[in-house]
Amino acid sequence: MFDLLLLNLRAQGLKVGLSEWLAFLDGLRKGLAGDLDGLYRFGRAVLVHSETQFDQWDLAFQATFAGVQLEPELSEKLKRWIEDALRDAPPPEGERVPVDMTPEELRRELMERLAKQKERHDGGSYWVGTGGTSPFGSGGRSEGGIRVGDSGGGRSAVQVAGERRWADYRVDQQLQTRDMQVALRALRNLAKEGPLAVHLDKTIEATARNAGDIDLVEERERRNRVHVVLLMDTGGSMAPHARLVEQLFTAASQNKGFKTFQALQFHNAPYGWLYKDYATWTRVAISELLKTWTPAHRLVWVGDASMAPYELFQPWGSGAWDGSGHSHMSGLDWMVAIRQHCPASVWLNPDPERYWRHPTVQAIGRVFPMFPLTLGGLNDAIKRLRAGG
Amino acid sequence: MTDPAAPSAEPVSAFDQFHSTKRYIADDGLMADVNCAIALGRPLLVRGEPGTGKTMLAHAVAEALGKPMLSWHVKSTTQAKEGLYTYDVVQRLNDSRFGDATGGGNAVSDIRRYIRPGVLGQAFQAPRQVVLLIDEIDKADIEFPNDLLRELDEMAFHIPELDETVRATHRPITIITSNAEKELPDAFLRRCVFHFIAFPDRERIGRIVRAHLPDLAPALVEAAVGRFYDLRRVQGLRKKPSTSELLDWLLVLARAGVPPEEIARRMPFLGVLVKQEQDLELLASKKGWEA
Repeated sequence: MFDLLLLNLRAQGLKVGLSEWLAFLDGLRKGLAGDLDGLYRFGRAVLVHSETQFDQWDLAFQATFAGVQLEPELSEKLKRWIEDALRDAPPPEGERVPVDMTPEELRRELMERLAKQKERHDGGSYWVGTGGTSPFGSGGRSEGGIRVGDSGGGRSAVQVAGERRWADYRVDQQLQTRDMQVALRALRNLAKEGPLAVHLDKTIEATARNAGDIDLVEERERRNRVHVVLLMDTGGSMAPHARLVEQLFTAASQNKGFKTFQALQFHNAPYGWLYKDYATWTRVAISELLKTWTPAHRLVWVGDASMAPYELFQPWGSGAWDGSGHSHMSGLDWMVAIRQHCPASVWLNPDPERYWRHPTVQAIGRVFPMFPLTLGGLNDAIKRLRAGG
Repeated sequence: MTDPAAPSAEPVSAFDQFHSTKRYIADDGLMADVNCAIALGRPLLVRGEPGTGKTMLAHAVAEALGKPMLSWHVKSTTQAKEGLYTYDVVQRLNDSRFGDATGGGNAVSDIRRYIRPGVLGQAFQAPRQVVLLIDEIDKADIEFPNDLLRELDEMAFHIPELDETVRATHRPITIITSNAEKELPDAFLRRCVFHFIAFPDRERIGRIVRAHLPDLAPALVEAAVGRFYDLRRVQGLRKKPSTSELLDWLLVLARAGVPPEEIARRMPFLGVLVKQEQDLELLASKKGWEA
């Protein structure tokens, strides 16, 4: 039975490792899970490590124990119910259920069908209350089909699991902030320019040479001196990717290793200005930024690079005279200018690569090396940045 | 030093010890998970919104079990090794050069005088079992939890300077708190018992309020708690107010003598509950949420 739980957990994508599993079995042996409710709670505490995975736990728990718990109730209530249903409502057309099925066979059929419905919903959407083409009528079972035998008394662990209270916490996101942080960590350029600190080994050696009279040797700590600029496309077609971009921003801004970190925004393409905050229109002229950026600055552009061609190729692409005196330059011209100034630039595209055949994506891809905004893409992009763009 | 403290060395009767204290209202699930962590001898990782009482939990466990508590408040610069021990080599160098007024004689040659146990080291060496709180573990460097894996697993660490291994005489009851959503490495998570503190429901928050502010008029508490939950449901709020903010707000309302009926119409002292400028702007644009 517990092996089945392990299999169901892994089928739900919960990577239960040996060490937790042994702890779980150890706890069972010690009697930490007295009954099914105890098992639900105890198993979750030991085997699941995040509230974002509680939903998967609920599903796996239910798949393992639902039948077990309901067995006695089912055989009683359901028999009567199915018999009533058979008498009152004949099965609709297209069903393979023969009329001469025994209640026991029907019960099995129902359970199987419920199991199927469950599997279909494992993809992440909510369960639907009514099960489609069931010959068993509409009443009697609530969402998920598990509370068939619900009869007074306290709610069982299986029922609690069936409520799927944690579904909202679920994150089926591939790329997590932590993964991004680990990837960004590779972006470094160590140099001895930190504050002076006593170098112990050298001090001891010098002191020994000095016949025991202390000779302090100080050296600068190694510091990361990489400058990182994150440039993010905002609004419009980027809206569906907002959360992912926000995660990248969080990961980059929390990296304490960078010597400087700047985050700037643009819409579609840069037109003379970049925005510290697009919403409040706080902007900086690119010409000013270029005075402070050196070729050693690492630029990470994030955007889907998809826009109307004129927005990229025409000097008036921003849609309005912006008073910057740069209107003779298109968005693409600006990108080329920035790339020439800071050769170490990469572009991360949150759209899947199959959408990259759009002309503006192609054009931008010729200015900046473009990578998908996935863990693999991020790692490749950072490798490229370390190599100098 | 002493025998290794295997998890099973704890008597099984150690299970089911923790219960709510006067000031700390734990739900059944939390109590069960704490006791499960104690019985398995694994650290309990507690996660939840700020203000749901994660840190308070360790204090409550220590109080309920009558055990001393040691806290290690993790900061962004905290290194894992600091929790084990520090070797004050500069002090030693200084003493060797300028002499040592207190130790006399050859005190400098005794390296032990310059090795100081960290919080984890103290917990391992304590003469009786302690409750060890590692607070806000996600604040430190992302590799920090990994650096503690072996120590928390085996409840032992090695001091190369002394060539000695410190082993826990009594496996501390370890409670680790974290705010972050997805920051901790898998290998670390696997070794912990996990508990997520969901935000308390109305019934439980009523008990929490009574435990902290027993003298408040029930009508005021009822009205304020209702508004508090409405506020938490406002769409687009960046930072939802938490329990501690509710307690502050209730106190202010009571001191200012705001009648319960008034709370239904407007939100006096809204700044106690909502602290982000964007949130205040958002509420200002909605009817019924004016301060």
